[in-house]
Amino acid sequence: MTDIALDHHHAAPSGLQRWLFSTNHKDIGTLYLCFSALMFLTGGSFAMVIRAELFQPGLQVVEPMTFNQMTTMHALVMIFGAVMPAFVGLANWMIPMMIGAPDMALPRLNNWSFWILPFAFAMLLATWFMPGGPPSGGWTMYPPLVLQTGMAFPFLIFAIHLMGISSVMGAINVITTVFNMRAPGMTFFKLPMFVWTWIITAFLLIAAMPVLAGVVTMLLTDKYFGTSFFDAAGGGDPVMFQHVFWFFGHPEVYIMILPAFGIVSHIVPAFARKPLFGYRSMVYAVGAIAALSFIVWAHHMFTVGMPLAGELFFMYSTILIAVPTGVKVFNWVATMWRGSLTFETPMLWALSFIVLFTIGGFSGLMLGLAPVDFQYQDTYFVVAHFHYVLVTGAVFAIIAGVYFWLPKWTGVMYDERLGKLHFWLSAISVNMLFFPQHFLGLAGMPRRIPDYATQFTGWNMVSSVGGFVFGASQLIFLYIVLRAMSGKGQPASGQVWEGAEGLEWTLSSPPPHHSFSEPPKLH
Amino acid sequence: MSDTSLSFPLNLPRGVTSISRDAYDLHMIALWLCVAIGIIVFGAILWVVIYHRKSRGAVAASFHDHTPLEIAWTLVPFLILVALAFPATSALMRGADTSAADVTIRITGQQWRWRYDYVNEGFGFLSSLDAKSAEASRRDSGIDPHTVKNYLLEVDNPLVVPVGKKIRFLATASDVIHSWWIPDLGVKKDAIPGFINEMWARVDEPGTYRGQCTELCGVGHGFMPIVMVAMDEADYQKWVATKKTAQATAAASAGRTYTREEMMTQGKAVYERMCVACHQPGGEGIPNVFKPLKASPVANGPLAAHLDTVMNGKTGTAMQAFAGQLSDLEIAAVITYERNSWGNSAGDMVQSAQVKSARK
Repeated sequence: MTDIALDHHHAAPSGLQRWLFSTNHKDIGTLYLCFSALMFLTGGSFAMVIRAELFQPGLQVVEPMTFNQMTTMHALVMIFGAVMPAFVGLANWMIPMMIGAPDMALPRLNNWSFWILPFAFAMLLATWFMPGGPPSGGWTMYPPLVLQTGMAFPFLIFAIHLMGISSVMGAINVITTVFNMRAPGMTFFKLPMFVWTWIITAFLLIAAMPVLAGVVTMLLTDKYFGTSFFDAAGGGDPVMFQHVFWFFGHPEVYIMILPAFGIVSHIVPAFARKPLFGYRSMVYAVGAIAALSFIVWAHHMFTVGMPLAGELFFMYSTILIAVPTGVKVFNWVATMWRGSLTFETPMLWALSFIVLFTIGGFSGLMLGLAPVDFQYQDTYFVVAHFHYVLVTGAVFAIIAGVYFWLPKWTGVMYDERLGKLHFWLSAISVNMLFFPQHFLGLAGMPRRIPDYATQFTGWNMVSSVGGFVFGASQLIFLYIVLRAMSGKGQPASGQVWEGAEGLEWTLSSPPPHHSFSEPPKLH
Repeated sequence: MSDTSLSFPLNLPRGVTSISRDAYDLHMIALWLCVAIGIIVFGAILWVVIYHRKSRGAVAASFHDHTPLEIAWTLVPFLILVALAFPATSALMRGADTSAADVTIRITGQQWRWRYDYVNEGFGFLSSLDAKSAEASRRDSGIDPHTVKNYLLEVDNPLVVPVGKKIRFLATASDVIHSWWIPDLGVKKDAIPGFINEMWARVDEPGTYRGQCTELCGVGHGFMPIVMVAMDEADYQKWVATKKTAQATAAASAGRTYTREEMMTQGKAVYERMCVACHQPGGEGIPNVFKPLKASPVANGPLAAHLDTVMNGKTGTAMQAFAGQLSDLEIAAVITYERNSWGNSAGDMVQSAQVKSARK
């Protein structure tokens, strides 16, 4: 990839400076994606420790304290370090090319929003080497428990502040770019779905991240400056934290899934050789999901003792989300209906996304029903649910997107046979990993416990074996991507995929350093 | 008892209360609904994957919307959800009615055990993980959990309730948020410091029902089970009487002077119940997380400071105030034990009278 930059005017500096000072959307996209890959491996290794400990009852691998630190750090690293930066990386690479722009609107801001992240995670991960170790109170940071965190506490808070600043700047950049730099003739209702989902995501980020920043700052002052926002003894309310946190937290969930919808809405038409079904209703559905995301937060806290009216309101608003989400799934199926399907690796991932994300949607609907949620809440049923939407949802879509666009980025085709191997190993093992967790939850196993009663042993063993295979399979992916990045493989054409549509495919593979120096003409 | 055969449980228990049966029924309705929708959607996907593939010569059509169809698959799911909301709403309303209770029990979650207070009867007790489970769950204990009966789901003092009576539970906590759940009862409520949450249950069948804390509450979160024994009214009354007598006896003998040996035995028992999760069996603590007691300045220094630490806790750390959780005798015993074990040689001993005078 190094030589792409050099054969163009306005070439970036080479070597370390190219990456440190880059203001180029593709370079920054690559940085984001590489950072995300590193965090996937880091967060994944924590997950491996968790699954190793849970392989059988009794404590074999780690102490309960370390176990809690693993679950806490696994979530923080995966959410803020792996999934979110991966989507920002894809946005950086693809949005300018999809709307016919030369670059992002705010290139220096772009550089800054990326380079904050390594510092944020250096701070967070450095807590492993501090006395007392990293935070162990869960990624949800509920007080009063989180206030028992030792030296790691301020590092946790400030790392989250930095991640939030990075996300908000990234979001501002996306909005500014799409609003100002579209090719002539590209109206909003001609925007590709990935761009649409990302604008809506960007607005969610701007609305939600400051709320998180505010609430963790209140934790900080509660711990060090004698305030009592969340301390009942001082007139505060620990449940208030949960309300504010989930007011951020639920939009956050959709921040991690809407761009995934966008990616799948590109891949499915390309391999069905048929236009996306119901484009407008897709856009409206994403908008509806985003709007609903702000009025459903308390379904994460049905057991805190809300008044009946509150529980009813949040139950109704929550199950209502099934309507726009259903529309999206039906539209994808209708897109494939009477198409001419082929099953290259990106399509396999996108197809399994549709099926497995829908399973996560089903359990989501069940969890939304408050009277049964009392049985599901904080059990492995919830763990199964959010891993179906986040791993086989968000992560599968990211992987699908990488396979789909990798030939465009690198100019070479990835190894199709290895890609299929990666897919089948992952698709089978991920279901071994997460499907039995539904059963564990229903049978009564609480989440976030390092050791469990013996009747849960069977499914935990299955789950752990699935986890190890799934984890190991991702090394194949790493190899495939690194191989393509080093330029090995069959050269790819500009079009790459027979059925792919959109401005990005009119550029060469790899594309020029500045995507569109002159605005393209739309037909 | 060494049952190492693997079991693969699949579903929610139906439970023994009207609330748990409501939940179970709703769960099954929702589950079958999802299965039905799944069959339609996944069936359609399977159909296109088989019949509309290019390798079978499928030629792509070019349609890209169909307004009536799109309206239909927005409206139909909406109507299904409305239908689903009816049983959910009525179940929720039934579960929320805590009025006209026969017995009221206050549940207090604390790191990491439960306290049950029988509000009308005027007695209460702590309920902690049983010693066998605690021992087997320690890393490198060498004990196979499969050989421990009800591993991690057994307590020293179970909660006891009468069958057929409406029990009202008032949940609160003394340190961090916990959550009290017995699957067979179908009730789960967070126990929140400074707040009181209500729930209720009317147990239909005598038996022993088990659950666990379901809100992350620190290192001992996985080790604070809930065990409830439901018995006939007559047996329950007998049990209440025994508890009351025991409480009176304990109160009467509290002021008595104990020998060092008695104190050490009692103290060890208290230590293993209350302190061992953090400070470890050998008093060594967990480096940089929980302070050691072995060779510690507090356990080998002036008695007053030791009493203060145990009774009032250490602000800003996980060391909680035990003054409200333990009796004078228990505090005296455990301090005596800590000052004379693992090579600690303060040599002195504490009597409950000293603890009593320190309470103020």
